[in-house]
Amino acid sequence: MKYLALIYAAAEEEPQPNTPEFNEMMAGYQTASETYVNDDVFVAGQALQPVETATSIRIRDGKAILTDGPFAETKEQLGGFYVFECDTLDDAIKYAKMIPTAKYGTVEVRPIMTFD
Amino acid sequence: MTTAPDAVHTAIEYTLRQDRGRLISALTAVIGDFEMAEGCLQDATIAALKDWPKNGIPKSRRGWLLQVARRRALDRFRRAKDFSEKSTQIMVLEQAEIDAPADNHDIPDHRLRLIFTCCHPALDTKTHVALTLRTLGGLTTDEIARAFLDKPATMGQRLARARAKISKSRIGFEIPDGAELQDRMGSVLAVIYLIFNEGYATTKGVRPIRVDLCDEAIFLARLMCDLSPETPEIEGLLALILLTHSRRAARYHEGVYTPLDQQDRSLWDQRRISEGQTVLERALKRGQIGPYQLQASIAALHCEAKSSQVTDWAQVAALYRLLAQIEPSAIVTLNLAVAVSYGEGVQQALDLLDPLADRLTDYQPYHAARADMLRRMGRGPEAIAAYGRALAITQTQGEVAFLQNRIAEISNQPKKRPSA
Repeated sequence: MKYLALIYAAAEEEPQPNTPEFNEMMAGYQTASETYVNDDVFVAGQALQPVETATSIRIRDGKAILTDGPFAETKEQLGGFYVFECDTLDDAIKYAKMIPTAKYGTVEVRPIMTFD
Repeated sequence: MTTAPDAVHTAIEYTLRQDRGRLISALTAVIGDFEMAEGCLQDATIAALKDWPKNGIPKSRRGWLLQVARRRALDRFRRAKDFSEKSTQIMVLEQAEIDAPADNHDIPDHRLRLIFTCCHPALDTKTHVALTLRTLGGLTTDEIARAFLDKPATMGQRLARARAKISKSRIGFEIPDGAELQDRMGSVLAVIYLIFNEGYATTKGVRPIRVDLCDEAIFLARLMCDLSPETPEIEGLLALILLTHSRRAARYHEGVYTPLDQQDRSLWDQRRISEGQTVLERALKRGQIGPYQLQASIAALHCEAKSSQVTDWAQVAALYRLLAQIEPSAIVTLNLAVAVSYGEGVQQALDLLDPLADRLTDYQPYHAARADMLRRMGRGPEAIAAYGRALAITQTQGEVAFLQNRIAEISNQPKKRPSA
């Protein structure tokens, strides 16, 4: 079964580039991604551009309304994701725990629906 | 042979109460899906309601229910669109059909796996409690709703949502391994203790003690002892519950809460005390101390004392100090303070309480304990104020009556008269 791990963090809590914390985080992502590939659970994973680049779209009465910004103005914003192939939620949680952002942000794990 | 519908109802109800956890766990193990296991057992129950009045109550009722539930699962799998993906389960179920005659008593016991699923950290605590009571304790949804003063429909939704989440997100049906086991065992034991406390010191309502919940907690703690033998903290929890529960009959007198130092100790249940002591001794011999064993040891000291005056308060305080080291919390310090107030001095106890004021401002026992200490020091007006604060946040009638009595006693005293 596939699980989506959504990675959320507040911008001000993220390590800034060219700091030891930032380098540690990036190394953490590399280690995590390598583990996912080695354990054969990696399906996909990407980081997103900052939330300022987001555009939200709603179609109402046939007309597309574009909003400059994210869907929800919350403190923690979506910053990236992984898709894992795992047998159980417990396994997916085990891999999600390795995501460095979980240490200061939030990782939400959701099973991906299959239509049969 | 026909059987009266009433007898059938009673037989089904009794079987499900006794064996529900065993049946669900055995079904989940072969089906691989907890929600579907629930559904198939439900189908089997309905089938029994039709079949048993006509053909008589079978010799092995749980064997009958298991077999019919397995057949229902097989039907569902064969009809499913993703038929080929279910071939393993279909094979297992077909084999089970060949192997197991309807009167088979030997149902594999997977209840330990099931309780870890019910208390999985991806579900919230109230759901752990409800799901454990429903699935392993065999209480009905209505009974659980009543116990927690919830509407049956709300409780039903909570349980349905939890089963759907377990199934859709595939929460594991397994005993956690390695480092995780201790944590996960901790949450299972916490759920059982929570059920007991909700029964023993219920926070709301008229009935001071909900014996049904206490009995469920004892059942579950015993079950855990059987399923995971030689685990000292499980034994510690069982001992703690038995020893605490032994004082049940003395805890309320004519509906009014009675504190430990005024309880009629002849009402304490000696059978439970001796069982609790035996279980505790067995746990302590294993040489791995933990919070439940410490709390059980404290409860045992109370149970062994003929009165509050001859209680080994120094030992009680020492055990609370040890507990505070392992699991520091404001509540442990509060309990330590009470022991200190009897063993070392009321002023020393108040000194321990003062720093807790902010953290425990909404915690009734804090104000009640403080009020009692002030009363014993003869500081009447302060004691009345503290009793008043406790009274303002008390929701059970028996404790309201006790606190009102205390306030009246102090108010009627002609002059300050320090005691204890």
